[in-house]
Amino acid sequence: MADVQALRTAESFSLPAAAPAAKRRSAWRLGLQGSEFTWAIAFIIPYAGLFLAFVAYPVLYGLWLGRDPALYFELMSEPIYQRTVVNTILYLGIGVNLKMFGALMMSGFFMRRGWWVKGLLLIYVLPWAVPALPSFISIHWMLNGQWGLINNALYNFFGIDGPGWLETSRWLSLGSVIASHIWKWMPFWTVILLAGRMAIPQELYEAADMDGATGLKRFTYVSFPLLANLYLVCTLLSTLFTLGDFNSVYFVSGGGPALSTHVLATLGIRDAFEVARPDLGVAVVMSALPLMIPLVILLMRKLHTTEVSL
Amino acid sequence: VTLALTEGGAGRPNYRNRRRWQEAAALSFAVIVLIWTLTPIYNIIAVALEAHGDVFTNDVFPSKPSLESFWIVITQGYWYLEYFWRQFENSVYIGVATVFFTIGIGSLASFAIGRMRIRYGWMVSNAALLTYVIPASFLAIPFYRIMGFYGLSNNLWSVIAAEVTFATPYAIFIFQQYGVSIPIELDEAARIDGASPIQVYFKIYLPLMAPALVAVGTYALLLAWNEYLYQFLLLSSKKSMTVPVALAQFLNSDEAPWNYMMATAIIYALPPVAIYYAFRGRMTAGLTTGGVKG
Repeated sequence: MADVQALRTAESFSLPAAAPAAKRRSAWRLGLQGSEFTWAIAFIIPYAGLFLAFVAYPVLYGLWLGRDPALYFELMSEPIYQRTVVNTILYLGIGVNLKMFGALMMSGFFMRRGWWVKGLLLIYVLPWAVPALPSFISIHWMLNGQWGLINNALYNFFGIDGPGWLETSRWLSLGSVIASHIWKWMPFWTVILLAGRMAIPQELYEAADMDGATGLKRFTYVSFPLLANLYLVCTLLSTLFTLGDFNSVYFVSGGGPALSTHVLATLGIRDAFEVARPDLGVAVVMSALPLMIPLVILLMRKLHTTEVSL
Repeated sequence: VTLALTEGGAGRPNYRNRRRWQEAAALSFAVIVLIWTLTPIYNIIAVALEAHGDVFTNDVFPSKPSLESFWIVITQGYWYLEYFWRQFENSVYIGVATVFFTIGIGSLASFAIGRMRIRYGWMVSNAALLTYVIPASFLAIPFYRIMGFYGLSNNLWSVIAAEVTFATPYAIFIFQQYGVSIPIELDEAARIDGASPIQVYFKIYLPLMAPALVAVGTYALLLAWNEYLYQFLLLSSKKSMTVPVALAQFLNSDEAPWNYMMATAIIYALPPVAIYYAFRGRMTAGLTTGGVKG
């Protein structure tokens, strides 16, 4: 598989991308001179400009918009915000861990041999290949209490009257959102972890086999220790991406019923554009910083020190 | 293997039974995975094939499937769809421009950092990495305001700027990793022959980076095509909208024509799915890959 090939190549680069080691040479190693230096500056300017204009400036402007402490007191006293924080924690805690653990298990399953396993993998990655919007809109309609496919199927096949998944209860609705998120993103992480598993040399398994490690032991003593680092980095990365996930919540539950299933990413947009309070919207997003900053620092360190094939 | 060895000849049928049982368990698990994966996708197709009145029934399978909805979409025969092809063009335009600028800006920066080893290049790498891990949706509010300052409201270029901003960090990341595998001696030889940095970039660096360019290009194209939030915030008029924004507009009407909506969704989803399967091997070249953001 091309994926494995890619991983092997990636792994053979022992140099982390962002930490240029002194050992590496450059054709211009004696220092850039005259016009060469000008060229190098000219090459870097487009990205520097892009970063300053569209990352640095918005970040600073955002910090400025959300500078007033009163905004945060206003948020704290809002029941909608309080619920949103709880939702975000549940969304991350349950969603990310279920998804990553599921991906780890699924990647083990896809290590099986046989043509139908390969075929299944091709279908299994469909949710990742299909754009988020059509799928989430479809799930939204599928979960409609009155006309949705799920309740129609429940009624036609089992004679059960299904609940209004998104209309009646906060927990059913939040659960549906989490399930949709897992549906969409588990295949992606499965592929990453599958590539990680395939990069484990077969000899290790043979040696473990000799020593009598089979089944679960094979997993706990061989696969998992070797995958642990990759698993950790993926989980961190996935936590950050999930924190910023707007589409799942916005299109599956829309924050409903009664604004009870918002997460920080969607509530921020709602406050800024529907309630027309951009400062409050920024404050909502900024209140995720205490969680984000340690994650980012940890992740940046990990990405520097490991060669996790990322 | 171990099992067969210890149990010896007498254990053989037992072992075979066990294998068969495992295979059956795996197959039934596969069926569950299939149902889980395909239900939402089946729902898109089933609703798209229904006639307008049949959407609001309790059928699990469309009673009289027809392609009428697709025809309505293609001929722009419904008022929500009056600019469908225009919007499709906008999506393509944004996608192509995003690919071009992401590859251009990303490869130039990687060349300066990784090959020419410009001083403080690591700072640029770190800035890029930081941008990659910050969720794009968190920057949306100030970004929207700033586009107003730049005079780019309701302009396709504001969206292109956003998509390029969020695709380039990944590009730099991948280019630098991939670039390590290209021997630096090639640069040295070219330089001794009197090539200027721009010649080395065009004649040596870019051609040898082709696989990484394809991987990043695919990533950027899919990112721009699939992204919703920025396109929704930055584009407001029907003529400047992209397909995903138009698709979500359907939800605003009281009794959404779900069959037209799903037919639109299918037409919108087909190109990225085709590209995804065509470039699947290449896509995972860097392996963090993506669709991740968005």
